[in-house]
Amino acid sequence: MNWFKKILPSRIKTDGNGRRTVPEGVWTKCQDCGAVLYREELDKNLEVCPKCNHHMKISARSRLQYFLDEEYKKEIGINIKPIDILKFRDTKRYKDRLSQAKKNTGENDAIVVMSGNLKGLPVVVCAFEFGFMGGSMGSVVGEKFVLGVEKAIELNASLICFSSSGGARMQEALFSLMQMAKTAAALANFRKYRLPFISVMTHPTTGGVSASLATLGDINIAEPNALIGFAGPRVIEQTVREKLPEGFQRSEFLLEHGDIDMIIDRRELRTKIAEIISVLTHQQTSV
Amino acid sequence: MHFLDFEKPIAELEAKIEELSFVESSQEIDVNKEIMALKKRSHDLTKSIFSSLTPWQIAQISRHPRRPYTRDYIERIFVDFEELHGERYVADDPAVIAGIGRLGNQSVAVIGHQKGRDTKERIMRNYGMPKPEGYRKALRVMKLAERFNMPVLTFIDTPGAYPGIEAEERGQSEAIARNLLVMSELKSPIIATVIGEGGSGGALAIGVADHLSMLQYSIYSVISPEGCASILWKSADKAQEAAQSLGIDSKRLKELGLIDRIIDEPLGGAHRDYDDIAKRLKLILIEELEKLSASPISQIVNQRQERLRKIGKFEDN
Repeated sequence: MNWFKKILPSRIKTDGNGRRTVPEGVWTKCQDCGAVLYREELDKNLEVCPKCNHHMKISARSRLQYFLDEEYKKEIGINIKPIDILKFRDTKRYKDRLSQAKKNTGENDAIVVMSGNLKGLPVVVCAFEFGFMGGSMGSVVGEKFVLGVEKAIELNASLICFSSSGGARMQEALFSLMQMAKTAAALANFRKYRLPFISVMTHPTTGGVSASLATLGDINIAEPNALIGFAGPRVIEQTVREKLPEGFQRSEFLLEHGDIDMIIDRRELRTKIAEIISVLTHQQTSV
Repeated sequence: MHFLDFEKPIAELEAKIEELSFVESSQEIDVNKEIMALKKRSHDLTKSIFSSLTPWQIAQISRHPRRPYTRDYIERIFVDFEELHGERYVADDPAVIAGIGRLGNQSVAVIGHQKGRDTKERIMRNYGMPKPEGYRKALRVMKLAERFNMPVLTFIDTPGAYPGIEAEERGQSEAIARNLLVMSELKSPIIATVIGEGGSGGALAIGVADHLSMLQYSIYSVISPEGCASILWKSADKAQEAAQSLGIDSKRLKELGLIDRIIDEPLGGAHRDYDDIAKRLKLILIEELEKLSASPISQIVNQRQERLRKIGKFEDN
């Protein structure tokens, strides 16, 4: 063993076949540019590739963790859990899909809602958990979102929602569809209080979520290069039978068409949103 | 007449009846008597087939090429109807009909999806799939109704909002979302009726209401059975199973408390008798509108919001 091999950490030594083994959890690869990234560094960078700025998936809880001030965080609707009202069964039972999703994400359903502060400003923040059945909206997501809206009214706080969802959850059928009306109605009520609702659409935000709460922000923001739209690109391609334009349904495309107000890098969201809320509500941030 | 696959035995009987109607009576056979007997058999058979339809079969009736569409109802139910075409921004969307008229003596606004009857009209109406312009036209007429103190009556019959490039560019999502928001607090009573296909967000965008009813053989679903099958079963052939699991028919949705009322259709479906189904629908619209009109509009809006607030089933402990 030469001196170099001796100083190399044992975990990245090449194995007997000369193949480099990358231990899971320490290194990760950017899905976009392919750069090999140090896991810890990526965490610190909020799952944004430091090489190409590609925004990777971030869990709802990590997002809230980074977004809110450290103090005064309080989760809303912890006891709201999904039930299989229709005894829905496709190739798997809905019940089994739910327990699998819970196991994978540690969440009860596809949204996490917290009240807290953003640079000293009172806020309620909702974050969709895409890892939980594609962030799909069923009764629990609808209810927790509305509880968040009501809490914001009670606390005289601004409302922020990070959406990331494939749309309404098929396994709860029409109950899911009706959550679109339920959340939109809650936002209609919220508007009367003259508190801002900032909607942040992240990759991907489509279907019933984009066609309800996500596009109803006083300010609509998107993360870079997020897929945002009503119908998915595959469905559209099959319908119109032509090639979709370059960058179709991506944040930059939406900005160009006047559908959203701005695109903000994930690492800037805290600062920018705090600034927007402070202006809209005539308050100063604490830091 | 156009028969669906599962109506084949009825179609055969009807063909026989048709044949016989050209035969003249002789001493050996009394053709009229024969026809009467066959008609009774056809009636009984229709009754028996229609008493146990599967959700998938109901979906097929809801999309029947002869099924009455919004315009067929407008002609039969309202007087002094004037269609309003302008959404004020981009274009008129023929997949949505909006206008004002009278139901009896009551001024009302009417909004509905519109499918086409023949190939040319189907293309013109984009198969009843609205673009953002259609929803924005609907919204404009709703606001007009609010200003002039008129109830809003909507007729739902769409496979879904149009999934196209321009529709996305012009904000399909936002158009639907905005309608949901505005309808939830519109200061006019709203009665929605699913008359054919209630296709997801494209249907709901004119479907937030104080009273929601469905024609007996209409469907209302978060996704088409075919779409659901191709995503969850990875095969569009499983649409039957998907229709079953989703629970898209009026009976199931009434049991689940998601709709208020089922409007019975004539035997064999609404397409067998346009006048009959229009008459039934008209009476129910008048009845439900009268019930709503007993309350002040502020109370109606509050109740609508409370209703929306409560939709959903979950565990809470």
